[in-house]
Amino acid sequence: MNVPRHWREQIRRYRLVGSKCTDCGRLSFPNRAVCPKCNSRNNENYQYVGRGKIISFTNINSPPKEHKYNLPFAVALIELMEGPVITAQITDARAEELEIGMEVEMVTRKIMEYNDDGIICYGYKFRPIVEYAHP
Amino acid sequence: MKPNKSVGIIGYGAYVPKYRIQNTEIARVWGNDPNLVPIREKSVPGADEDSVTIAIEIARNAIIRAGIDPSDLRAVWVGSESKPYAVKPTSTIVAEAIAATPFVNAADWEFACKAGSETIQACIAFVGSGMAKYALGIGVDTAQGAPSDALEYTAAAGGAGYIIGNAKESLAIIEASVSYVTDTPDFWRRQHEHYPKHGNRFTGEPSYFKHVLSSSKALMEELGTKPEDYNYAIFHQPNRKFPIEVAKILGFPKEKVLDGLVSPYIGNTYAGSALLGLAAVLDKAKEGDKIFCTSYGSGAGSDSFSLEVTDKLAERKGKAPSVKSYIERREEIDYARYARYRKKIRM
Amino acid sequence: MGDNVAVIGVGLSKVGEHWEKSLRSLAIESIWMAFEDSGIDKVDALYVGNMSSGSFVEQEHLGALIADFAGLGPIPAVKIEAACGSGGAAFIEGYMGIKSGMYDYVLVTGVEKMTDVLPSKTTSILANASDRDYEAFHGVSFVALNALVMKRYMHEFNVKREELSIFPVISHKNAPFSKHAMYRKEISLEAVINSPIIADPLTLMDCAPICDGAASVILCSEKKAREFTDIPILVSGIGIATDTLGVHDRKHITTLSAAVEASKKAYKMAEVTPKDIDIAEIHDAFSIMSALSLEDMGFAKKGQGTKMALEGQHYIGGELPINLYGGLKARGHPVGATGVYQIGELVYSLRGDGRVDAEVGLAENIGGSGATVSVCVLERGD
Repeated sequence: MNVPRHWREQIRRYRLVGSKCTDCGRLSFPNRAVCPKCNSRNNENYQYVGRGKIISFTNINSPPKEHKYNLPFAVALIELMEGPVITAQITDARAEELEIGMEVEMVTRKIMEYNDDGIICYGYKFRPIVEYAHP
Repeated sequence: MKPNKSVGIIGYGAYVPKYRIQNTEIARVWGNDPNLVPIREKSVPGADEDSVTIAIEIARNAIIRAGIDPSDLRAVWVGSESKPYAVKPTSTIVAEAIAATPFVNAADWEFACKAGSETIQACIAFVGSGMAKYALGIGVDTAQGAPSDALEYTAAAGGAGYIIGNAKESLAIIEASVSYVTDTPDFWRRQHEHYPKHGNRFTGEPSYFKHVLSSSKALMEELGTKPEDYNYAIFHQPNRKFPIEVAKILGFPKEKVLDGLVSPYIGNTYAGSALLGLAAVLDKAKEGDKIFCTSYGSGAGSDSFSLEVTDKLAERKGKAPSVKSYIERREEIDYARYARYRKKIRM
Repeated sequence: MGDNVAVIGVGLSKVGEHWEKSLRSLAIESIWMAFEDSGIDKVDALYVGNMSSGSFVEQEHLGALIADFAGLGPIPAVKIEAACGSGGAAFIEGYMGIKSGMYDYVLVTGVEKMTDVLPSKTTSILANASDRDYEAFHGVSFVALNALVMKRYMHEFNVKREELSIFPVISHKNAPFSKHAMYRKEISLEAVINSPIIADPLTLMDCAPICDGAASVILCSEKKAREFTDIPILVSGIGIATDTLGVHDRKHITTLSAAVEASKKAYKMAEVTPKDIDIAEIHDAFSIMSALSLEDMGFAKKGQGTKMALEGQHYIGGELPINLYGGLKARGHPVGATGVYQIGELVYSLRGDGRVDAEVGLAENIGGSGATVSVCVLERGD
């Protein structure tokens, strides 16, 4: 179950916080100790807005057992509006409803559930944007 | 009950999942008469949703509207009767997700359907006493309806949350609050049971009506107000009938109740019920509007609140999705999928 | 006479679902075949290529295990791991053991025993090749990662999924000849196109099978090899490189930069260009990887990896025959062993098996979704 490993990941999974190189400004998600662009070790936390667009996606049919409760689901490569690309599940929409280029927003949902007696791992997923209809 | 310092709602947030199951579909499965169902459809949480995930979205919406730094919150309190963990607070997960940790009080509250409104009362006290600049209270549920029971038709998912702060910064001032509580076992769930049990007709007059009426009357008496003084009235809404009936008894005409009545469209969100109705009203209300709100939780008790909208609601309400936009975002599912999502199938 | 490294012995055990054979018995079988093929009976060091013995059969420390049970004596023996690129990576370590002058004879054994666990567990273990915390955690299986790359490729270069389906057909065309292959039948393009979609747009037949296998090769210096044979098979160029682990971090999702790098190094060392390559064993774990491999090693322009394939140029008789013993698709893909199978198969082809007269061959082995790629150029030493 790797409880401590899941706990360590919270700031990334819950809040989508990555890093920014303080020397060249390059953004990374997850945070990186060494800047991939300029090799600097100087960086600070960077909070992503949580908006992006789908650059590729596919459906999942046979996931590991901690994911079976959620079938069927799609996973996607999402280009965050700030630049970095991340891998995440799409939620509230099936693979058939998706298109490359679709705009999505981050939400926090259940990702892994270790049986009925283990911990629940929550984290980022992306969904088609909810419109702000106002009466 | 009034706090020493005047307080109000700085920001509010709501959430309803997108899946819906029709009451006629439930009736079909159990062989009930489809003409006698209480509401059209209810909301169902998706496979990857639970009270934690719903509370997080509610909290984020409230923070967006409030425009505050989450580290200024001194309390994150979540009221629910459908916590994913029996032991391990939902509120710490929410507090961590919204970056309110570590200097914050987090706790889970339980009082059936009034678990949410009592967090609001506590927030009023926390801020009103000067202990906290801001406090967040949330009512949320992914209610468990026992298969084939009458309550299966309405037990739904969703909720709302409120950030309480100084009245001067608020979009609606909370003038006062009253609680009316007795030991009335109208509806309960023992620790290892999946589904609650209820007293059927006992949940009406001696329970819902007695507590809602007593609390509401007590608040209006304390404030010297009458139903005519209010533009909107929201009541705990297990179905469509009860809130309209209790409003009538108190003297609120139906028109004042309808904007805050969401259960006919999405069912009873339990600890989210009255709070979600209040959010729907805030989505519509204007400066100067006065709002009356009474929750009800089985066990039993009611919390009543009297509010007045300020000039700040207009600029803040549009910053996050309205209750209506969540209600209109819907996808129908059948009973099989519903039973699967709600873990009613024995594996 | 050069100072190249030569491959003097090859032993490829049959790939399949071997309920009766354990990891160690598979390894031993291939080792003894390699000894017999080489004519020698002792080696100075062992490099084992394997991805996940710890997860599949709860056994690590494979170097010592295999040296012990194969009767190799107290020789130095280690496991080299680079996901499904372990075989190629182990081969390159073995190559360096000879090239450095440290050892006279080196044995490289690739082995993987995948069938002792349930398929859902296999999927989970294979995901160890991806980024656990930022890919696998999200439920992305290995098949799904390749599907994401394929869908992006189709979008960027306007290629239809049916065009990529040609690669399994090519690999299977050579399968009947391949005695050690898991699947020995040809398949039709229709069969591939119409097979069930397992992660859109990849179909079942676009993907290499789960299986068990072990392959061994014995290396020595060119000088020593010429004591055994007039036409040794020489390793004239090697190259191995890495790329970002996560597909999402790649500079271009549809380019295997590690293949670009590794092939450049191998070509430079072997003093060849892609035009000089007569045959190639490429890593066709998923059809999309075949196209990208060909493009990124310089055999086709970007986005045109399917062109030569659809023209029939990759069959025996064409410009660049590939996967002459079935490739990963038909011969099978016992993950950590595959890279060594590729070397062994190249050696068979270069020695001359009656089908193709090749002088220069290339083997490309990919680890994970492209985070490690090794490229080896082998030549007939005449």
